[in-house]
Amino acid sequence: MATRTLPGVLLFLMLLTAQPAAAQSPHQENIQIGLSTDKVMITAGFTGADLTIFGALEDADPQIARQGRYDVIVVLEGPARPVVVRRKDRVLGVWINLESETFENVPVSYSVATTRPFQDITEPASYKQLSLGAGNIFMQPADETQNPATIAEFTTALRERKAATGQYSENVGGVQFLSQNLFRATVRLAPSVPVGTHKARAYLFKNGLFVKESSAQLEIRKSGFEQSIFRAAHDYSFLYGFFAICLAMITGWLGRVIFRKD
Amino acid sequence: MSIYLPIAEISVNILVLLAMGAAVGFLSGMFGVGGGFLITPLLIFYNIPPAIAVATGANQVIASSVSGVLSHMKRGTLDFKLGGVLLAGGVVGSTVGIYVFGLLREIGQLDLFISLLYVVLLGTVGGLMLLESINALRATRGGAAPVLKKSGQHNWIHRLPLKMRFRASKLFVSVIPVLGLGAAIGFLSSIMGVGGGFIMVPALIYLLKVPTNVVIGTSLFQIIFTSAYTTLVHATTNQTVDVMLAFILMVGGVAGAQYGARAGQKLRGEQLRALLAALVLAVAIRLAIDLFVTPPNLYSLAALGLS
Repeated sequence: MATRTLPGVLLFLMLLTAQPAAAQSPHQENIQIGLSTDKVMITAGFTGADLTIFGALEDADPQIARQGRYDVIVVLEGPARPVVVRRKDRVLGVWINLESETFENVPVSYSVATTRPFQDITEPASYKQLSLGAGNIFMQPADETQNPATIAEFTTALRERKAATGQYSENVGGVQFLSQNLFRATVRLAPSVPVGTHKARAYLFKNGLFVKESSAQLEIRKSGFEQSIFRAAHDYSFLYGFFAICLAMITGWLGRVIFRKD
Repeated sequence: MSIYLPIAEISVNILVLLAMGAAVGFLSGMFGVGGGFLITPLLIFYNIPPAIAVATGANQVIASSVSGVLSHMKRGTLDFKLGGVLLAGGVVGSTVGIYVFGLLREIGQLDLFISLLYVVLLGTVGGLMLLESINALRATRGGAAPVLKKSGQHNWIHRLPLKMRFRASKLFVSVIPVLGLGAAIGFLSSIMGVGGGFIMVPALIYLLKVPTNVVIGTSLFQIIFTSAYTTLVHATTNQTVDVMLAFILMVGGVAGAQYGARAGQKLRGEQLRALLAALVLAVAIRLAIDLFVTPPNLYSLAALGLS
């Protein structure tokens, strides 16, 4: 018995120096996620969707798992693009866009799913450090010389507008453990979800401490027909415009032929 | 039944769009206007981004104008020469308009400018038309025949140089106001997504004294080309023409127009003009309210450098 514990203690000591986060147990947890598809198609009837991401904990401590002290947060982050935030002010009774602030690299969409409410998983400081959660993404202003109060005001407005359009969403309870090791996350895709490469990331927390992160990529595209129209409009814009005119003329002519009343 | 618009990048209800197209088509058939001044604001009320509403509106106007021109060609009420000169001015106006459009979009004042133009123009045209038609209605009630065009009366426009003869319109007039009018319409077409018929028709009748029967055909003829040019330039510079959206509107529009034309034949001219004026004013007032009422969201987001 004593001979069998010794290597265990040695291993424990080795882990203690190598992996501070895993200090309380000899388990070296890891998290993996898998997407059932690496492409999501937006078709003609698209009105938003729920995307399911499956994941597994490796080498989880059964005792901690039983006590529900593992937490997982899954994020699906859209491609980053520059955004202008404008504020309307009243000039001579008319509401006019006056002040504006440009931000570089703002994720167009940001959907989060968690096992429990944010405040129950870990400390605010830890979210901040991980830039985790819609409220913690760093928005880089294009013009940093501006008044910090103004920048803060526009940053808040930007997050608020994104949340209102459903592009930034939170799904508390959207991550569920199916077994001790297996979990399922449901993130919401807004009807206006941007096309492009999205990044799915899963964060594992144990006893309120961040342990590990894992990521996967997801391509969101318009389906065949919608994509062809979009691509044609951008790549062959002249021909596209010409086609739009011909279509209108033919429709007008056909309308006259079919419905003519004189 | 929803459909995803590939350029506007949003899901909309296809039945709402068809109904919108049909309603506007009905009115445009009834009044003999393209209907762009109704469709673009309607699309904006329906949360289509203004830039896309304007470019797609211009595309949709082509369909209803082609329909109209075909019947005018058959009746011979179309002055190709006058239309051609108007068109030459229109191309210049559109080019300037599209440049201004891009500039306004960049500085974030496009929506405001579109709304202001609509309020001012629709308000003025609607108000003048309403006054005129009410007077005409009063005059007919009094027994006198309504006089629209006082022939033989000349104004300052007829004293300008570079005169040209337009045989179909029985007109001998300087090309300067004709080109200028064409340019103004082209400018409005590219910024407002309208054909400009609601300005062109009164301008041709009251300023250039073109006979009323050739005015609508000629105006529609030039509108086809102005809005085609506008569509093409919007498509190449701003990529804001949504063919899917335009096509649904056109289908509703051409069907509605025929029934509108039939309904229009049952009403008298002055009554029609009074109704059209009321409609134009209503759109102007609705847009004006939006300018003055505190918006629910003071902040708006815009993507920078589309595509």
